Amino acid sequence: MALQATDTAVAAGESAGGPRRDRLRFLRNGKTLVGVAILGVFVLLAIAGSWLAPYDPSARSEELLQPPSWDHPFGTTQTGQDIFSQILVGTRGVLVVGLLAAVIATVLGVLIGVTAGYLGGVGDEVLSSLSNVFLVIPGLPLIIIVTSQLPETNDFTIALVIGLTSWAWGARVLRAQTLSLRGRDYVQAARATGESTWRIIVFELLPNLTPVIASGFIGTVIFAVLSEITLAFIGVADISHWNWGTVLFWAQSNQALAQDAWWWFVPAGLCIALLGTALALINFGIDEFINPRLRSDGRADRRVRMRVGFTPVVRPGHGDAEAEAAPRPPAATAPGTTIRKDDRP
Amino acid sequence: MRYLLQRLGFYLFSAWAAITINFFIPRMMPGDPVQALITRYQGQLSTQAIDSLRTLFGLDQEASLWSQYLDYWGNLFSGDLGTSFTYFPTGVSDIISQSMPWTLTLMGITTVLSFLLGTGIGVYAGWRRGSWLDSMLPVTTFISAIPYFWLGLIAIALFAVQWPIFPASGAYDNGLLPGWDWEFISSAIYHGTLPGVTIVISAIAGWILGMRNMMVSVSAEDYVLVAHAKGLPERRVMFSYAARNAILPNISNFALSLGFIVGGTLLVEMVFSYPGIGYVLFQGVSAKDYPLMQGVFLFVTLAVLAANLVADLVYLLLDPRTRREA
Repeated sequence: MALQATDTAVAAGESAGGPRRDRLRFLRNGKTLVGVAILGVFVLLAIAGSWLAPYDPSARSEELLQPPSWDHPFGTTQTGQDIFSQILVGTRGVLVVGLLAAVIATVLGVLIGVTAGYLGGVGDEVLSSLSNVFLVIPGLPLIIIVTSQLPETNDFTIALVIGLTSWAWGARVLRAQTLSLRGRDYVQAARATGESTWRIIVFELLPNLTPVIASGFIGTVIFAVLSEITLAFIGVADISHWNWGTVLFWAQSNQALAQDAWWWFVPAGLCIALLGTALALINFGIDEFINPRLRSDGRADRRVRMRVGFTPVVRPGHGDAEAEAAPRPPAATAPGTTIRKDDRP
Repeated sequence: MRYLLQRLGFYLFSAWAAITINFFIPRMMPGDPVQALITRYQGQLSTQAIDSLRTLFGLDQEASLWSQYLDYWGNLFSGDLGTSFTYFPTGVSDIISQSMPWTLTLMGITTVLSFLLGTGIGVYAGWRRGSWLDSMLPVTTFISAIPYFWLGLIAIALFAVQWPIFPASGAYDNGLLPGWDWEFISSAIYHGTLPGVTIVISAIAGWILGMRNMMVSVSAEDYVLVAHAKGLPERRVMFSYAARNAILPNISNFALSLGFIVGGTLLVEMVFSYPGIGYVLFQGVSAKDYPLMQGVFLFVTLAVLAANLVADLVYLLLDPRTRREA
C-alpha cells in the first residue's frame, strides 16, 4: 500500500520541482496537526517540567489530601505532596523511556525486517520465525518478569527491556513491504547497474519504507509508554523515580479510591490517554498519507481538482478512489492487514 | 492440510522457544537474586523454598547447564513448576489451576463480546464513511489510549465507591462456596460485570478502527461496484459482499492482538482483586515470588499459543483460498 502512495509522492515531488511540499503534506491533515500540537506540549513539559513544578514532588507538607485548589491545581496526596508537581516532573521519565524504547525497537525491526525481506531464502526463514515467535509471546508478562528480576531498574534498563521485546511487529510489517518492493522495476534496475546491496537497501528501499517505519515507531512509543506506566503502577519499576505510573502506584497503595480522592489518579490517567491519543492521531495522519482511501474528509471535497504533475490527474473527492494516479494491486489493503498473506504456503 | 501442519509446527517451535526463554531468564540475570531474597525475608524462607529458588536460578553449582535444562523439561512434563513461597507450601501449578477458570471465563466472554460489537460498529462506520460515525473516531482513539487498569480504577471510583452498584473486588460473595448452583453463578456474574465492562470498553476501540479501515478499502473494490450495479439491496451488499471480505484480516489481527488483550486483562484483574492469573502474577511480583511469576508467564504464553492455533483454524474455515492451496 505504501508503494503506490510513495511512488506518486515521489513522482509528483520530482515534477513539482521540490520534494519538500509533498514530504510535509501529511502535516496538512487536521488530525495530524492536533496530534503534533499535543505531543509538542508534552515534549516541552518533559524538558522544562522540573523547573516549572511549583513544589518538590517528594516534599511532604501539612496540607493532607486536599482537593484541587489554586495552590495545588491537582490537589495533594495523603502525605501532602503536590500532585501537579509530580505529574510535571514525571513527564520526562515517561517520554524518555517511550522514545528510547521505540528507537531500540525500530532499529532492531528495520535491521531484521528489511534484511529478511531483501535477502530471502534461509536467512528470511530464520529471521521471520524469530520475529513471529516474539510476536506470539505475550509482551507485557514477559516485560514484567524480566524487569522484576533485574537487580537494578532505572529508566534506561526499562527502555532496554521494552525495546528488546517489542520490535517484532515492526519487523514483520517491514519484511512484507520489503518483499513487495524488492521486485519493483527501479530496484531491479539498480541491481542491474551493479549497485551494492547496501546501497540498494539504504538509498532505494529505505526512503520508500519511511512511512511504514514512522508509523511503526509511533506505535511502539505508545506501547512503550503504556508498558512503562504499567510497570511503575504494579511496583516493578523504581518507585522513587517520578513518572505518571508512580503517581498511580501511590494512589492505589494508599487507597485513594476508598478515600474518594479522585484528583490523585484522574490527572495521571488523562495525561496518559492524551499522550496516547496524540500519538495515535499522528499515526492516522501517516496511515491516510499512505492509503488515501482512508481519508474521511472526502465527502466535503466534491469538486474536481487538477493536480499539477507530469500528467494532470482528475481527483474526485469521494467514491472513485480508483482515479488515484497509480494503478492499485487488487488485493492490496491497509498496512497492518496484508501481513498474513505471505505466511500462507 | 499442509498449511495446518505448518502452523502446528510453528506453534510447537514457539512453545519450545518460550519454555527455553523462561529457563534462561533467571539464569542470565546479573547478581545473586536468591541471596537478596533470603536477606529480604530474613530467615522466613524455608530450606525447601531456598532450594527451589536455587534450582530456578541455576545456582546449584554441581549440575551443568545442559542437565539443568533436561531436569527443567522433566519437571515441566510432570506438571511441576516449582514451589511458590507466598502461598507456601502450595505448588505453582496448583495455584495456577485454581485461578485459571476465572481468567479464562472473564477473558473469553469479554473478548468475544468486544470482537462482535466492535466489528459490527466498524462495518457500519466503514460503510457510511463520512457520516456522523466518523466523528466518533477521535473518541474511540482516546478510549483506546487509556490504559485498561486506569479505566478499572475509574470504574471502581464511580460504580463501587461513589454509587455502590457493583462490588469493588473479588469474584463472588465471600459467604458462598464455589459450585454450579444458581446463587453462586449469579454472584459471580454480578462481581464480574464491572471488570468485564471495563475490558470490553478498552478493547472495542481497536476492533472498530480495524474493521472500519478494512471496510473503507473493500468498499472501493470492483465486486462491490458490481453488486451495487446488479441492484442488490444495500444491506446485502454491505454484509455479504463487503463485510465478508473485510473481516478476514480482522481475524488475523485478532490472533496477533491476543497478547495485548491478555496483558490488559491481567491488569484489570489486579485492579479488581479478581482471583485470576493476573492477580496471582501481581502477588508474585509484589512478593518477588520468582517461581510463581515464571509459572504464570509460561502458562499465559502457552494459552496464547493455543488461542492463536484456534484463530488459525477459524481462518482456515473462513478463507477457502487457504484450503485450496493446501
